[in-house]
Amino acid sequence: MYKYLFMRRCALFYYYFTVLENCQEVYSGVSDNIVLNMRNIHKRFPGVYALQGVDFTLRAGEIHALMGENGAGKSTLIKVLTGVHPKDEGEISIDDQVVTIHSPQEAQNAGISTVYQEITLCPNLSVAENMYIGRTEGAFQNWKKVNADADKILQSLDIPAKATQQLSSCSIAIQQMVAIARAVDMDCKVLILDEPTSSLDEQEVAKLFKLMRDLKQRGVGIIFVTHFLDQVYEVCDRITVLRDGQLVGEYVIEDLPRVQLVSKMLGKELDDMSDIHGEYQTYEAKEGEAPVFEAAGLASNSGIKPFDFHINKGEVNGFTGLLGSGRSECVRAIFGADRVTHGTVKMNGKDVKISKPIDAMRNGIAYLPEDRKVDGIVGDLSVRDNLILAAQVLKGFFKPFSKAEANKIADEYIKLLSIKTASADTPIKSLSGGNQQKVIVARWLLTHPDYLILDEPTRGIDVGTKVDIQKLVLKLASEGMSVTFISSELDEMLRTCSRLVVMRDLNVVGELTGQDMNQSKVMSTIAGGEKNAE
Amino acid sequence: MQNNKNAGVPAFLGKLVRQQFFIPLTALVLLTLFNLIGDPTFFKITLGANSAGNPVLSGPLISILDNGSELAILAIGMTLVTASARGQDISVGAAVAISGSMLLRMLCGTNSRPDTLQMPIIAAFLIACVVSMLFGAFNGILVAFFKIQPMIATLILYTAGRSIAAWFNNNELPIVKDETFAIFGGLIPGIPIPTPFFIAVLCVIIIMLVLKFTNLRLYTQAVGTNENSARLNGLNPAVIKVMSFVILGLCVAVVGLIKVSRVSSINYSVVAKDIEMDAILAVALGGNSLGGGKFNMGASIMGAYVIQYLTTTLYRYQVSSDALPAYKAVVVIALVVMSAPAVREYFSTLTKKLKVKEVA
Repeated sequence: MYKYLFMRRCALFYYYFTVLENCQEVYSGVSDNIVLNMRNIHKRFPGVYALQGVDFTLRAGEIHALMGENGAGKSTLIKVLTGVHPKDEGEISIDDQVVTIHSPQEAQNAGISTVYQEITLCPNLSVAENMYIGRTEGAFQNWKKVNADADKILQSLDIPAKATQQLSSCSIAIQQMVAIARAVDMDCKVLILDEPTSSLDEQEVAKLFKLMRDLKQRGVGIIFVTHFLDQVYEVCDRITVLRDGQLVGEYVIEDLPRVQLVSKMLGKELDDMSDIHGEYQTYEAKEGEAPVFEAAGLASNSGIKPFDFHINKGEVNGFTGLLGSGRSECVRAIFGADRVTHGTVKMNGKDVKISKPIDAMRNGIAYLPEDRKVDGIVGDLSVRDNLILAAQVLKGFFKPFSKAEANKIADEYIKLLSIKTASADTPIKSLSGGNQQKVIVARWLLTHPDYLILDEPTRGIDVGTKVDIQKLVLKLASEGMSVTFISSELDEMLRTCSRLVVMRDLNVVGELTGQDMNQSKVMSTIAGGEKNAE
Repeated sequence: MQNNKNAGVPAFLGKLVRQQFFIPLTALVLLTLFNLIGDPTFFKITLGANSAGNPVLSGPLISILDNGSELAILAIGMTLVTASARGQDISVGAAVAISGSMLLRMLCGTNSRPDTLQMPIIAAFLIACVVSMLFGAFNGILVAFFKIQPMIATLILYTAGRSIAAWFNNNELPIVKDETFAIFGGLIPGIPIPTPFFIAVLCVIIIMLVLKFTNLRLYTQAVGTNENSARLNGLNPAVIKVMSFVILGLCVAVVGLIKVSRVSSINYSVVAKDIEMDAILAVALGGNSLGGGKFNMGASIMGAYVIQYLTTTLYRYQVSSDALPAYKAVVVIALVVMSAPAVREYFSTLTKKLKVKEVA
């Protein structure tokens, strides 16, 4: 009996080994087994030559970063590949066979799966339903089997979710992983991850990377689009850099130091970001001057615990903490974007009541929301209308800007912030992310605020624009504006802010200034050693 | 030289196709061509005299101007509601009955057939306006504050409206004997063009002025496109939605005046029947998204007249009023399919291809 089992096990082992060996042969590290080959891709949009003869090569079992500033053509290239936009010229081949892809469905059939930055699953369906939606055969479905299959895949990929769980009850990171699991289960050869990490915290990113490496071992070719340089160097094998619709080059990651990558993306020698801090000194409060904004015991219906907060004239400070720690909720309470439940607010020493956004605006507060697409842009309207919206609302219903005035303002700010747009009449949704963000920044500058709140102004935008925005913040502060700046990139916060309010679990847990403003101190405060707690 | 000229034509066509006016304009041209070929007398306008001896123009075109005007006035309000609330008000027909009934109640008092008016027409009209705007606000509040889908919210008044109208007058049928009251739905003595057309022109001028001198357009478009963002820019989306319903209420009151004036009485169950569908159609035909956001007021108004053109044409060909909706539906399908983004996209790529060929 035992002998039989032993033999059987041996046979199994032998089988596994041969399979593993085969895998190793084919997929050891970066192989030269090309799965996807895009040659000389051209794409024109009205007014924009988005792709000008771009080549892209993806090998099986590699993670390939696609880098470039906003408007470089990354998204267009992905959309051509996934059949969202038809290509004007060029050739795409998969496994050495030329294919033409007309629709996302065809792309999927050809083995190309995409996981977008915004989750495109159905939150009110179960995990399993999401994984199998749209690819069931026949009218009837054995849900028991489907759920079991889904659980198996989730387990094999080490994703902590149950097949029968409703998707919306999972965290964003898990939802993203479910989307990836769906893609993997469809036997994809090419997996495109479009900014998958932008709404994840560090631990979640680590989990995602583990999953990506797992898939790499299985021989999937992964195209990874991100703005986080750290992540590129952590997980990728190769980098393809695009700039202004043209291919700059393809590099093996070891051959391309970070500084060079940035300078290639920008197309100029790097205007070193570490320089900006030196130019501006840290903030010192003037004696006897009332804070521009002061709140005591402020809380809103979003669940944050009551907090005290103040900002002085010309100061730049920030809220920091992990994702979901309540930093955005704090500034939303300040602006009256959520319903304020407790607390008193003073501006320049005088009591004011802020219960809705217009109150805050009338008191000279401006707020750039965290989620540009959902809360920021008014997609179908023109750049001009988006620019003047806030100022127009402040001006009043019966006092519209004349057409000439509006045009003048639009032209002025388009030039001032170098917003790339075909014209002021272009709908804002057709601009790239960074340029949309600039329009929203311009919208609030136009209201001439005393106190500007920027919630994640640099998320999902390119390096160049990031530096632009940081510089702008410091310039505005030097001119006397108070700015609250939130970013999930700690570097950015340390570079721009002179005071950091640290949040954990919807609580303010500390405040750091001067010497204490360094990475390790912030980290330990967020993590919550006793000595740092107030 | 020749080549250049040819290359320009598709480009021009492509540009034309993308214009919002393209759909109603094409429909207009097609209908006109159809009538020109089928029955040129369609365009004949004769000058005659009515029973009171006043000059009057008559002919199908005049009847389009006359009846299309009611639709055009409603299209103004419906466009705003569509843009801000991202849905449609299906109670306008019933609301017309309500405001018309109120108007008659004010003019006739408790005695339903008095010999003299009980109140100046203007005062009665203003009261009808207020009532109609209140009903509009009722719809608006259901939509904006209770977040009920517009079609569902207005279903209430759609169902109950005509009963409410009858109840205003104790289910009697008041008759106005005063002749000046007939002017609004008929003719101004000495002027041969029907008054409703002038009322519509007035309404169009007013709304154009309002759009020019206030932020109505920007606010409704912002609220309809992205409510969150509109709120964070200091707007109160609920107020703006209610406002658009109130404006529609005002439009309804004006149409109520015309409708009641036409017959100097009212038939609660028939007056302005199914007019809401035509009004919604006018908005759609104008190329406006029924999902809200951006709108083009001029195109909606044009859409209204085109629909009336269609109705009149069909009547002309002896289509019975029972069968009319079926014929209309066929035409509507064609028009709506033509204005669908997918079809437009196809057309514009087609013209692009043409252009490439011409150049080659």
